[in-house]
Amino acid sequence: MRGLCFFILALFSLSSTGQDAKKEIQKYQQMIAEGSPVELYELEGETLWKKPQGPNNVSLEKCDLGMGPGVLKGAYARLPRYFKDAERVMDLETRLLYCMETLQGRTHKEATQRVFGNDDRASEMEYLSAYIAAASRGVKMAPGMSHPKEKEAFALGQKLFFHRAGPWDFSCASCHGEEGKRIRMQDLPVLFKPEAARPVVATWPAYRVSNSQFKTMQWRLNDCYRQMRMPEPVFASEATNALNMFLTATGKGEPYRGPGTKR
Amino acid sequence: MAGPMKMRATLAGGNTDVRVLMTHPMTTAQSGQPLHFIQTITVKLNGKPVVEAEVSQAVSRNPVFSFRLKGGAKGDKIEVSWLDNKGESNSIEGAVA
Repeated sequence: MRGLCFFILALFSLSSTGQDAKKEIQKYQQMIAEGSPVELYELEGETLWKKPQGPNNVSLEKCDLGMGPGVLKGAYARLPRYFKDAERVMDLETRLLYCMETLQGRTHKEATQRVFGNDDRASEMEYLSAYIAAASRGVKMAPGMSHPKEKEAFALGQKLFFHRAGPWDFSCASCHGEEGKRIRMQDLPVLFKPEAARPVVATWPAYRVSNSQFKTMQWRLNDCYRQMRMPEPVFASEATNALNMFLTATGKGEPYRGPGTKR
Repeated sequence: MAGPMKMRATLAGGNTDVRVLMTHPMTTAQSGQPLHFIQTITVKLNGKPVVEAEVSQAVSRNPVFSFRLKGGAKGDKIEVSWLDNKGESNSIEGAVA
């Protein structure tokens, strides 16, 4: 009888330790979110948005992110969406790339030379993403979901999410398909479930405290593929846009509260 | 060129809370790269120095600092500046809100 009592007590304390760990992790996340350097990236992004560049020597201020040329307020919350002029579904970075090529006259090669930065210097895309995403704070995430091309992208993204391949035979769902999993301090959200995808969609792009870098969704997808030991996906490709569409559309509906701050 | 800074100064129960973000690599000796870190931070309230802080390498990249100043009133001018070991500096000015 006594033994059983001990056993029950031990069980109880075990599960409460799990709860405590979760609480402590939340507390830690809250602490790093206060005083996050995200705002510094927004400021730098604003400078870049207004800086004349490329052969045409113009800024990106006339770039149409879907709400009309130069309209930033709420633009990020409507992405990815179908763009008639480009005849394809585009997320923020893909659209920015399009504007760099069409407005500023830059070559694809030059504009994609350094899309992901390092801890010494973020990339142009990262700074710009911080600035533009911040202009959607408080706006409900509502990507385009009505155009046939948007539906097509969603379906393709969904397929890719569950598609197992590569030397480890992994899919996105291998890590993001089971409840209650985490790697070290990071919860692994089940991204095909709206309730798990919403907080993710509402906080990317984000600043990473552990490596002092600002990271975008295109980077996140790229790095997931690296972690799965798959070939590197092409930046702003149909595949990465489709995956982003699948994730964003799944996690739609929550007001944007990023750019976030992650572990 | 030093990257941007951002500051917020708000009144809270008779005190002024100053919160300031700085862009700085804060490179330490362990990184193998040349040392590069903020050494002093000065906070001025209406032109009068109220905080002189000595900062070491043991502070993160892009640091955030907050100070609680006694007193202060709406519209008071706050200036925060930093100076690093390479002699680079930056400052930001704002009013208490």
